[in-house]
Amino acid sequence: MNPSTKIVQRKEQNMKVIDIVNWENTTLLAGKDACEKTISGAYSSDLLSDVMGNADENMLWITIQTHKNVAAIASLKELSCVVIANNNIASAELIEAAESEGIPIISTSMSAFEFGGRLYQVLHS
Amino acid sequence: MELKYKIQGGNFNRAGYASSEVKKVLKQLNVDPKIIKRIVVALYEGEVNIVAHAFNGLATVTIDAEKIKIVLKDSGPGIPDVEKAMELGFTTASPAVREMGFGAGMGLPNMKKNSDFMEILSTVNVGTEVVLMNYFSK
Ligand SMILES: Nc1ncnc2c1ncn2[C@@H]1O[C@H](COP(=O)(O)OP(=O)(O)OP(=O)(O)O)[C@@H](O)[C@H]1O
Ligand SMILES: [Mg+2]
Repeated sequence: MNPSTKIVQRKEQNMKVIDIVNWENTTLLAGKDACEKTISGAYSSDLLSDVMGNADENMLWITIQTHKNVAAIASLKELSCVVIANNNIASAELIEAAESEGIPIISTSMSAFEFGGRLYQVLHS
Repeated sequence: MELKYKIQGGNFNRAGYASSEVKKVLKQLNVDPKIIKRIVVALYEGEVNIVAHAFNGLATVTIDAEKIKIVLKDSGPGIPDVEKAMELGFTTASPAVREMGFGAGMGLPNMKKNSDFMEILSTVNVGTEVVLMNYFSK
């Protein structure tokens, strides 16, 4: 294993929700006490049953859905956080539910594609 | 142990309540986390189906040493062709429900995949009963 691979692996293990919050073009909307959670990967989908069936624990979820069920799914699946793409406005019910469940909700001006691409680079470069 | 949860048709705000409560109970009982994950997916999809497609329903959850049995019984339109409803991608969800990201036609297939036993009994214009079972041993 060459040294650069090791660095990438360490980086991967250490990627936390707070790192995403610190990016430009992202804003934390809820769950500030849960930002030390580790991100193991990501899943991008606006179909809730798709996320329910295919996302895994500790993944970051990229979506444009903004209603309360997003928090329920993130909590049931134990996802690390939710990123709402394209400046979509999270509903007050979602923010409230995420706050009480301890789910970080992050909004971004980036599209799902742009955000996912950037995250992929950080996690897999 | 028997737990009962009422499920209100049309009320998406409460969808997931039963799943979340059952998850807490199973964690307390030290059930294998991998098995809990499967049960949670199956129950959540069952709850949402009553909310999205039926008028009202009841989830009855029975837990013993070996297994969990979940019976989701609703009064509603019923399912005319259960085999077709089980197909990946089949949906009759309304445009409003689809807008929310439900209605991918993946719920019943998710339930099948995440349970050890699944049975659907349905009568058109009366309602639907879905029975799910998961065993705790690996
Ligand atoms: N409890 C129910 N009462 C009446 N019809 C149902 C019920 N559950 C499922 N169905 C029917 O079966 C179809 C397929 O269900 P399934 O859960 O697979 O997909 P969906 O609910 O349409 O979408 P998704 O679950 O992906 O959000 C539904 O669209 C509906 O026609
Ligand atoms: Mg469904």
